[in-house]
Amino acid sequence: MIEIAIRHPFKGFTLDAAFGIARAGVTALFGPSGSGKTTLVNAVAGILRPREGRIVVDGRVLLDTETGTFVPARLRRTGTVFQDARLFPHMSVANNLRFGWRRSPTPAGEDAFARILDILGLETLLDRRPAKLSGGEKSRVALGRALLASPSLLLLDEPLAALDAARKAEILPYLERLRGLLPMIYVTHSLDEVARLADDIVVLDAGKVAAQGRVFDVLPDLDVAGSPGAIFPATVKAQREDGLTMLAFDGGELVVARLDRPIGHALRVRLRADDILLALEEPRAISANNVLPALVTKMTPQGARATVQLACGSTKLVARITQSSAERLKLAPGTALFAIVKSVTVDLP
Amino acid sequence: MGPRNKPGDDDYWIADMLTPDEAEALLLSLKVSLVAVSCALPFALAAALLLARRRFPGKSLIDGALHLPLVLPPVVIGYLLLVALGTRAPLGGWLAEHGIRFVFSWTGAALASGLITFPFQLRAIRLALEAIDTGLGEAAETLGAGAFDRFLNLTLPLALPGIVAGAITAFAASLGEFGAIITFVSNIPGETRTLPLAIYSAIQSPGGEAEAARLCLMSVALALIGITLAELADRRTRSAIGR
Repeated sequence: MIEIAIRHPFKGFTLDAAFGIARAGVTALFGPSGSGKTTLVNAVAGILRPREGRIVVDGRVLLDTETGTFVPARLRRTGTVFQDARLFPHMSVANNLRFGWRRSPTPAGEDAFARILDILGLETLLDRRPAKLSGGEKSRVALGRALLASPSLLLLDEPLAALDAARKAEILPYLERLRGLLPMIYVTHSLDEVARLADDIVVLDAGKVAAQGRVFDVLPDLDVAGSPGAIFPATVKAQREDGLTMLAFDGGELVVARLDRPIGHALRVRLRADDILLALEEPRAISANNVLPALVTKMTPQGARATVQLACGSTKLVARITQSSAERLKLAPGTALFAIVKSVTVDLP
Repeated sequence: MGPRNKPGDDDYWIADMLTPDEAEALLLSLKVSLVAVSCALPFALAAALLLARRRFPGKSLIDGALHLPLVLPPVVIGYLLLVALGTRAPLGGWLAEHGIRFVFSWTGAALASGLITFPFQLRAIRLALEAIDTGLGEAAETLGAGAFDRFLNLTLPLALPGIVAGAITAFAASLGEFGAIITFVSNIPGETRTLPLAIYSAIQSPGGEAEAARLCLMSVALALIGITLAELADRRTRSAIGR
């Protein structure tokens, strides 16, 4: 259980954010550049001393400005992965990895050490100098170095922002494998990374918490351009003979291109707002494989377009249509309709 | 000193090219410079840390004062040292009571050289410190390293090229110090007569031109060796810290 509450003057506004993290998993700290994300993470790490605040991790008070408690960064055990990796240039990868491990009061044993090297694919890099690593390799070493200090909380400050798309794709699976090992706060301004990694999300806007909750609940409501749409958990229900895979989720079933996963395997499904068509009557002769019955919960006009929030069972979906279509269909909260899904993205953990 | 070896002998050495007096001046110069640079180094490191890492009122004043030896005439430094540390001055008298005497002693020459070449060390170390990414220190802190730990394992090794370069530059400059030494500790053969002072004395004495020429050649050789060593050391340490 982690409690964070901070007030600190910041670039013309006051960072004033409070939120809690209930369990192990990835909490995305999401917001545009300059919204105070890094300041917040630095305060949690102990690099920055906020004007006012209280931070408690697993019952241990790291900061309480009212009582004057301030645990210095070196004693906090908040592993931090910085955007620019910050590897020590005069040490080999092995010595970088051992830096925090040697100083940890509860160092990982040989087995745990080897396991982290294995998860992050670091064995072949050990003798190299940071200068001789690619951007993606640097990120992996920085992750390993932070993890080997056996932190009680891992802070990731835009660890992928400095990487190109190909390198990001290379690192994301490693991050997915770390999920569940310990609580992580993942700072990002990429909704794509949120959709793929986060369990919970805290949305920061100009220093304030604009929204927070489970990523499945918050993401479809998120009022940002380029919203990825809805994201929800699903399991593999059946492998059909026609080469397609059937997924079950709370609200129905989805047929997708063949997924090489066993029945019962849990995964994440993303439905982009632009990939959903709406129909008042159930369409019959149609090429789309997936037609889901749903209820309109909210209408948000945005100029010529309209964002339609839908409930499909207990799963939230979101569709983006033109305002004229919305008027023609007389859509309003409570309208029952059918969501025609043009394409589905499945994130495989 | 025993009979000198002749050119062509197996153990003919550089020192055999010089008269005993000249060899003495050379060795004294090396000793004075070595002591000057190594004693000034910890102070230069401390001052560089202060100037590179801290903000405090009067910082630019202190910065300027520490660089004074670079711009003041060395004779002025020598004179100020004489005024402060002469046996009749309060500080000099107190030190003399405790058995420490700088005037007319080679330690005084080392003190003057160390003071004059201090800015060379300070500047090189400070630039090296300022080039270190402060983010590395933050990263080390989150990994459990305290202030002294970070200094020892991060700051010092990363600043090493600057420290080495500064020390070698200061050493080379110290070999050439003349004005402050002759003013403060005079020109005593075997005690304070370093290479430049020996050259000066040779030029002053009739028929000393050959000796002066030999000593000048020796100075040029020393300077070249110093520059080469500095270059080598710099490359070595840079590759050792992965730059």
